[in-house]
Amino acid sequence: MMDEEELVEYFRAQLREDPDIASAVAAIRTLLEFLKRDKGETILGLRESMKWATACLTGVDSSVAVSSGGELFLRFITLTSLEHQDLSRCKKMMEERGELFLEKISMSRSKVAKLCHTFIKDGAKILTHSYSRVVLRVLEKAAAEKKRFSVYVTESQPDSAGRQMAEALRKLNVPVTVVLDAAVGYVLEKVDLVIIGAEGVVESGGIINKIGTYQMALCSKTHNKPFYVVAESFKFVRLYPLNQQDVPDKFKYKADTLKTVQNLSEEHPIIDYTPPSLITLLFTDLGVLTPSAVSDELIKLYL
Amino acid sequence: MLTDEPVNKEEIERAKSEGKELTKEEKQRLRKEKKHHKKNKEKKDDKASQECEKEKKPVSTDAPVSQPPSQPTTQKAPSPVPTPAPVPVPASDAAVAADKPAKSKAELKAERRARQEAERSSKQGKKGDVGQPAPTSKPKAPPSELQPVVKRLPEHIQADNPDVLRKLAKKLERQQIPLRSDYGYKVSLFSHLHQYSRKAPLTQLLSIPSTVIHPAIVRLGLQYSQGIVAGSNARSVALLHAFKQVIMDYTTPPKEELSRDLVNKLKPYISFLNQCRPLSASMGNAIKYIKKEISYISSQDKEKEAKTKLLNCIESYISDKIIIAAIAIAKYSIEKISEGDVILVYGCSSLVNHILCEAFEKGIKFHVIVVDSRPRLEGREALRRLVKKGISCTYVLISAVSYILPEVSKVFLGAHALLANGYVMSRVGTSQIALVAKAFNVPVLVCCETYKFCERVQTDSFVSNELDDPDDLIVTRKGKTQLEDWQQVKSLGLLNLVYDVTPPDFVDLVITELGMIPCTSVPVVLRVKNVDQ
Repeated sequence: MMDEEELVEYFRAQLREDPDIASAVAAIRTLLEFLKRDKGETILGLRESMKWATACLTGVDSSVAVSSGGELFLRFITLTSLEHQDLSRCKKMMEERGELFLEKISMSRSKVAKLCHTFIKDGAKILTHSYSRVVLRVLEKAAAEKKRFSVYVTESQPDSAGRQMAEALRKLNVPVTVVLDAAVGYVLEKVDLVIIGAEGVVESGGIINKIGTYQMALCSKTHNKPFYVVAESFKFVRLYPLNQQDVPDKFKYKADTLKTVQNLSEEHPIIDYTPPSLITLLFTDLGVLTPSAVSDELIKLYL
Repeated sequence: MLTDEPVNKEEIERAKSEGKELTKEEKQRLRKEKKHHKKNKEKKDDKASQECEKEKKPVSTDAPVSQPPSQPTTQKAPSPVPTPAPVPVPASDAAVAADKPAKSKAELKAERRARQEAERSSKQGKKGDVGQPAPTSKPKAPPSELQPVVKRLPEHIQADNPDVLRKLAKKLERQQIPLRSDYGYKVSLFSHLHQYSRKAPLTQLLSIPSTVIHPAIVRLGLQYSQGIVAGSNARSVALLHAFKQVIMDYTTPPKEELSRDLVNKLKPYISFLNQCRPLSASMGNAIKYIKKEISYISSQDKEKEAKTKLLNCIESYISDKIIIAAIAIAKYSIEKISEGDVILVYGCSSLVNHILCEAFEKGIKFHVIVVDSRPRLEGREALRRLVKKGISCTYVLISAVSYILPEVSKVFLGAHALLANGYVMSRVGTSQIALVAKAFNVPVLVCCETYKFCERVQTDSFVSNELDDPDDLIVTRKGKTQLEDWQQVKSLGLLNLVYDVTPPDFVDLVITELGMIPCTSVPVVLRVKNVDQ
């Protein structure tokens, strides 16, 4: 039976070992480990403890993906007939399904990359925002396919994650330019397409991503440039924000900020919501979707 | 007649397959049988709301390919006779093998039938049976999407077609229901719709005591036509209660099966109610559900058991789809109402009022702006209910909506029906409010139970609507009634529309008991529901 400290430690260890995996994948690995070690007696108790574990993990990393990944994991493992008398049999089944789920989502990034790289034509100029491992994978694949393209990355304050992205791209020998967040409108006329990662994909088909994404989406809509989003399917979350204010506070700020700070109105949110009307296509491991098809997929996943 | 059906069907099929010319008596009998088939099929589907596109269903990928060829061939027939509906003959109805050979046989039968009909009608000098085939379709056989579906418009939107009117009159005569006549000059754009006067209710033309129509239904019809029972949910619930009464008083005649006879008994009631006031989409779905439940009653069941089963079905339908759905929708909606919100509502929607009352009870502080419009002035009822609860409200007329919208944080709208292409059909004025809200970037939320989802597709408010009594627009101010003699002025028409459709781009969110979905996901819900059933 893992307690909170062990849980958090295991999670952090996963992230340390493999810095390239999505935080949600690490969370799911942790939850699977938790399931294996759980000594609960009833299915209901098991569910409750899983939910508690997910809540703990969101306390460490408040991104949308961790919470959505946890919820989907729970759904997936319980989406089978648990009519066995023997609790250990049930648990075994749930563990098997958990392993299956983990396997599927580990492949999701490559699936996404396979779908998306064909949209990058030779000689394309791409704009992207901040540091996204999925976008990096897509660009890797495109580079591997011997396509010539250049990338503009926004600096993405407050943590300058864009510079990290630029470094990674330079290692791939892709010509990259770092631009200020304020220069998005300026640079858009030179750009052919915009590719963005997502931290969460919401029910309306919109996305939640690092702050500055909404601005970029608005500008690309005005310039009529295609705005593509790449996201794995475990990032789909049952949220439906109507506008920026409607996004719950627990996603807007870092986990540590939520815990320590009293007055959240002094803090600056680190994510924003991009409505579906500004998104051209979403590339997921379930296929290439239009924003209105996301709800369809979500209904299939959750209902 | 019913028992004769199987025998005559065989004869018809034999005659058709032989392709010989029929004698006059045979032809007349054939015609009668066809009419009965058609009547049964028509009543099976809802008259008010069946213009669905079966082509959308994933199964029927062949259907659209085969339908266009069968249609043009029949249209080339000398008189404009479309492929008549009974081609999906009851036998093939049940046996939905849905393979190609069956379909092409049916197509051939259809063509042969059409040829025979053409010859018959050219001899009689009579025009085609039904109205012209139209882009919108009314499929006759719900399960068999792959059979050539006849494109047919429902009668209530063909008020300017004399053949359809004649056919309707004959049908009502047969069912012993008086035909309600149109009243006043109709604006030309809407001349295909019926327009009745409230001062001439259908019940005045009924003989007393009415043997054909159950008194509960007569009362219901009067309540509908006089506007005493108004509002989508209220009408459906009243309808279901009246049907419960009918079922309770029903006794199976000897030698008849409850499942078939009861359905036939319900048909004149539905015609009558349709004449009093056109059926709404929710009522249509409720009727379809009841008919389905009745048809599931096996002949083994004793009458008492069958009746209790049906009554329980109706009870559970009302409870699940309307009452519990409202509770679920309120739960989801309350998440969207935050402290200090200014919420705009239009007219009187029972569901929206319920949500606001629940939110208020939870202790959320918000302010409501009630928008109202003539001639119904339903907003006053909503205002009364909300103020009684203690919610602080503002009341404006719809002309002030652009003035007040900068203050509004959310718009909550009710719906009469949600169409399959994501359009929202609601009280006239709703689309205006949604449009202005979009222009001010205010989120628009529509609250609708899933039983109001219908498979119809509509992109404008003209093709299918309801015209209310034009005299409602006449108002007396300071002792003067300006429009009193509007009938005398030849070029003046008064238009009192009841519904309009809002495109899905203006709606941000639809809240149903299944959760919050975008407007474009309505077909997904319909698909999921159909799979469940």
